Amino acid sequence: MGRKDQTNLRLTIALLVCGLAVFILPDWAIFMGTLALAKGVVVIGLLVLWRTGLVSFGQALYFGLGGYTVGLLGLRVGMSDAVLLTLLSFLLSAAVAMTLGLIISRYREIFFAMLTMAFSMILYGVLVKTEALGSTDGFNVLLPTYLGYAPEGEAQRVALYLWSLLVAYLASLGVHRYLRSALGNLTSAIRDNEIRVEYLGVSVQRAIYFKYVIAGALTGAGGAITAMAVGHVDPEMTYWTTSGEFVFVTILSGTGHVVAPFVGSIIFELVRTYAFEYAPYAWQLVLGSVLLLLIMFLPNGLWSLVTRMRKKG
Amino acid sequence: MLTLLAILVDGFVYSSWLFIVAIGLTLIFGVMQILNVTHGSLYALGAYAAASLIGVYFRADYWPMGSFLVLLGAALLVGLVVGLILERGLLRFMYGRDEVIIVLVTYATFLILEDVILLAWGTDPYFAFEPYSLLGTTEMGALIFSNYDLALVGLAVVLGASVWWGLNRTQWGKVLQAVIIDREMAQCMGVNVTVVYTITFVIGAMLGALGGAVTAPQISVAPGIGVEVIVLAFAVVATGGMGSIPGAIVGALIVGISRAAAVHLLPEVELFVIYAVMTLVLVFRPEGLFTRGKARKI
Repeated sequence: MGRKDQTNLRLTIALLVCGLAVFILPDWAIFMGTLALAKGVVVIGLLVLWRTGLVSFGQALYFGLGGYTVGLLGLRVGMSDAVLLTLLSFLLSAAVAMTLGLIISRYREIFFAMLTMAFSMILYGVLVKTEALGSTDGFNVLLPTYLGYAPEGEAQRVALYLWSLLVAYLASLGVHRYLRSALGNLTSAIRDNEIRVEYLGVSVQRAIYFKYVIAGALTGAGGAITAMAVGHVDPEMTYWTTSGEFVFVTILSGTGHVVAPFVGSIIFELVRTYAFEYAPYAWQLVLGSVLLLLIMFLPNGLWSLVTRMRKKG
Repeated sequence: MLTLLAILVDGFVYSSWLFIVAIGLTLIFGVMQILNVTHGSLYALGAYAAASLIGVYFRADYWPMGSFLVLLGAALLVGLVVGLILERGLLRFMYGRDEVIIVLVTYATFLILEDVILLAWGTDPYFAFEPYSLLGTTEMGALIFSNYDLALVGLAVVLGASVWWGLNRTQWGKVLQAVIIDREMAQCMGVNVTVVYTITFVIGAMLGALGGAVTAPQISVAPGIGVEVIVLAFAVVATGGMGSIPGAIVGALIVGISRAAAVHLLPEVELFVIYAVMTLVLVFRPEGLFTRGKARKI
């Protein structure tokens, strides 16, 4: 561990660079960037789980929860403050994850994936059948404001972009800190051999519980930002295919570093935009083929390319 | 009383359908430890193939009852071709990797096949209602049921019985059980595990396609039918215990009857109830109703 960890510094530089980029980026890129950052926040949560060898096929539960929190508070209470809404979605998702985590943290491997999916499908079933929540159509979300500041027109998008950038920055700082802590360092040990970790005097179940809560809370925040950016929520947010998309981006990014999810999400959004434009009926075909190629030739995701280059250099 | 009858009959019909759709999934998981997400695409492919062939068959004005053979033939053909391509062409390179990685591989092929179906059949729905109306209806009290739906119960029983017979009363079934219990030991005793895997996967694929083919006359075959089926089949299999045939029967019955009850008594919770039942079972029996927990490895 001879080298000093410079991640915090690098993250701050990345924040400033991406923040200043609003002056040169075109409007569509800012919108896409917001979505990518929100998705990155979700994927960073999945990264924590994936490092333990767990795949959640039900993150859409928290994604939808975050989205509907924003939508409902706007609709019923008229709350439109982005900061407060993101925080509330984060806390609510954390609370739900704390409850469900009690059950889910007892499972591993495929059962973990299936049970998380079952929970998200329950929420989907409720949303689809509830007329008061717009049923399958969902409903629109208020335009966000920022601690009393209500931007208009183009500034609207820029403001949300900057906010999502800040959330992404805080999320990656926090998760990075966590992964370097004693408990965080045990993450991959748990994947390799649970029982030996228990012999070290650590409760594996509690560690997994904690990771699940982190992932859920971050996903809630990501869902909140996505809802504000898109301006609409519908049950599709909680469907299992949405969870599948998150898992896909996790594999694409790789779990080598907290920045990887954001790189992966940006690439994902770019590919999606172009695939929809040039081959609307082959989008999933592209997605599936890329996933297969990744699993076969780049099992540690795009970030492993970076590590490989560093080793050579 | 009438509602109870309706719940029971609808429940049994729906359970039979669930069983037919889920049995291939549980077979493949039981033998190969693969949670096959592509099962949904096989279902969809079976439905599309059956719908197109039935259309051609009826336009050519052959013997109408023969259309049931067409359904069966379409399913077997789709299962054979797609199953072989998937197992020989892709999955066999993945054996030995993490179970979760193999799930992702089948998820990838599921995504690919979704679009292949879209490119091959387009976005317009297909209809193959002829076999459905061919069988007429039955009256039970004041209720009218379609004979085709009732015939599904028979098909489920036949399928369940033949899988049970195949597993417990044939030599091939014994070999299969040996592979399930201990793959390496079976291999040492001279079992060709590669062939067993291929055959199992193809049979599982055929069963998936059959599920789609027999459903085709009941619905309008449109894009996206595979997506829903896969989660339903998962729910059934997980409730009963993954990889267990009796588990699939019980799982299908529990899920089917609770959904039918929900549809008749409290339609708002129809979708919700399936996963709620599954969650409830998994909370108390983590491995499902019919599996023994496995020993922890140090």
